[in-house]
Amino acid sequence: MKHQQIDQYATTLSAGKRASVYDGTKSGYDARLRALNTAYPTPDNLRKLAGQIKQHTIENLDTYLPQVEARMVANGVKVHWAVDGGEACAHVHRIMEEHGAKKMVKAKTMVSEEIHLADYLEKRGMECLETDLGEFIIQIDHDHPSHIVKPIIHKNRREIAVSFEREGLGAYNDDPEVITARARQFLRHKYLAADVGLSGANFVSAESGRIVLVTNEGNSRFSIAATKVHIALVGIEKIVPRDRDLGLFLNLLARSATGQQFTSYTEFISGPRSANQPDGPGEMHVIFVDNGRTRVLADDCRAILRCIRCSACLNVCPIYRQASGHAYRAVYPGPVGAVLSPLLAGDKFPEMADLPKASSLCGACNEVCPVNIPIPDLLLRLRDRGKRMHSKAAAAATPPMGAFGMLASSPSLWKIAMKTGGLSALYPTCLMPAAGKTWVRTRGMPKWRGGKFRAWMQQRRANAPAPATQTERKAD
Amino acid sequence: MTSRETILKRTADALAPLTERAQYPDFKDDIAVMPALNRSGDLWAIFCERVKLVHGTPLSGGPATLANWIREKGLKHGYCDPALLPVFGDVLTAAGCAVETVFDRSRVDEYQFGITRAEAAIAETGTLVLTDATSSSRLAALAPWTHVAVLKREQIFADVASAVAKLPADPNVIWCTGPSRTADVEGILIEGVHGPGVQVAFLME
Repeated sequence: MKHQQIDQYATTLSAGKRASVYDGTKSGYDARLRALNTAYPTPDNLRKLAGQIKQHTIENLDTYLPQVEARMVANGVKVHWAVDGGEACAHVHRIMEEHGAKKMVKAKTMVSEEIHLADYLEKRGMECLETDLGEFIIQIDHDHPSHIVKPIIHKNRREIAVSFEREGLGAYNDDPEVITARARQFLRHKYLAADVGLSGANFVSAESGRIVLVTNEGNSRFSIAATKVHIALVGIEKIVPRDRDLGLFLNLLARSATGQQFTSYTEFISGPRSANQPDGPGEMHVIFVDNGRTRVLADDCRAILRCIRCSACLNVCPIYRQASGHAYRAVYPGPVGAVLSPLLAGDKFPEMADLPKASSLCGACNEVCPVNIPIPDLLLRLRDRGKRMHSKAAAAATPPMGAFGMLASSPSLWKIAMKTGGLSALYPTCLMPAAGKTWVRTRGMPKWRGGKFRAWMQQRRANAPAPATQTERKAD
Repeated sequence: MTSRETILKRTADALAPLTERAQYPDFKDDIAVMPALNRSGDLWAIFCERVKLVHGTPLSGGPATLANWIREKGLKHGYCDPALLPVFGDVLTAAGCAVETVFDRSRVDEYQFGITRAEAAIAETGTLVLTDATSSSRLAALAPWTHVAVLKREQIFADVASAVAKLPADPNVIWCTGPSRTADVEGILIEGVHGPGVQVAFLME
């Protein structure tokens, strides 16, 4: 293979898509920086604190999971557990069947993408409609989200206008205001006709059993106002220990994700509607989803479970900006995806082991992370693992290092190579292999500087019988 | 073994090898409160300043102030919380406005505005707090283009941390910070997606 898969994908990206992704990530990055630095003198301390809280939480999930379950049950919530995606889908399907429900409106949840819920329900004759504007456009285009917060970062308004026209949502018009107004009009009748509203959860408080949903559009609010049943799909790592933690996390999430001081709607949902309330679900279900998370918890890369899905690492990543989210071949793109996707893949780790190599290890992802995940460290660990597992995907397009390995591990061979290395200057470029020719087309061969270390070392030993004093060293 | 038991066992097994577990860190509740906030100042004034930053609309005064604003916006028909009807009924009628006190979802497009009570507000972020207990209809506070949340001065929290500390025991606590918005299309900010395009905070004096 000529390239790593992600590089291969990046070369096929059209200029328009590349520009969309670049502009979208750049503006997200700028907004984040502005929002954090104008609000706080030392935003770094907040990130580190949030990281400690999440690390504490995931290292004590065995305590917090039963605790949150008990609180939810006491709040009148029906709690379910799903070992994998299939079981989570089956829970949703069964709950819908029990209510004779055919229509679901769903807010954006990454877990539902992970478990392919929409496909599962549609195959069984149920409607499963995305209500977040971006996700709705993804759905009508039979596409996949390419960014966690901005799912259609790879599309421009003209493409969206074409899709709307095709779906009978009015004549071609690419004004974002018109596009939004049409979606508003179309979707509000869908909410009112739906039986079940599905959401994810941004946070779950172990203390009170509240789930916290954060949206700008108000689609999850509408789902939970118009339907009879609310189902929340929750990854088991979404917990925070106490309600007080939410003040910190909500401030960090909004600023890190979109550069807003606060997201438009923050919903604290702890159960079915109150007796006096005419609107909203009379029943609330929470499905705790494992789907590989306990495996990640057992791994020395468990810090990735701190992630609150803000996308700051996507926005700042030079690889993501060039390759776009689809290049990562998984639900979670960008630096977080490069760690999480291979881990969640389980036995299929070797097939995804190239993703940790999609990084220059510049460290920006760690610096922007609101929960301070040491992503570069985790990437290095996974690169090592991919190598040890002899992953073909990870090895693709890496130069053969066998000859160098032999040379570098044999002192006598190394010595000979260093002595004779100067001869390389005499090597005629016309005899070079193609890759070498490409290299020298715009460059000369470097001047040979090798082979002097041993002589220097011997000289140094001979000249330095006594250790140098501090002053002498300074004079050097 | 049930799935619950499986997941809890896997969790316990995953964590068993850890010789030490990360402690819950020590921190103050107001750690993420913006230092620039003057918490002892006039909270309504701070609220107004902050809510304008998120394109919310602050209003204060007596019932006639709201009725005038509604008339100026050309709104003719909306919803009003039955508990607020004694306050606003007459002035709204005088302003040429018809209000209903039951939200009929089959005529969702006919309501130009909804007036409901707020549970509280947060000055730091310009946020309105709605609950099941104080919203007479979730849909009426959400579906019309204009939502008016009626607020009293003593209900304003200084900051997010104090509002979190006093989260009401209500199954549906909604914090609204400005109107509904999206930037999904090319990052361009559009207001009024699924929820209100105009979010009014009305302080009753």
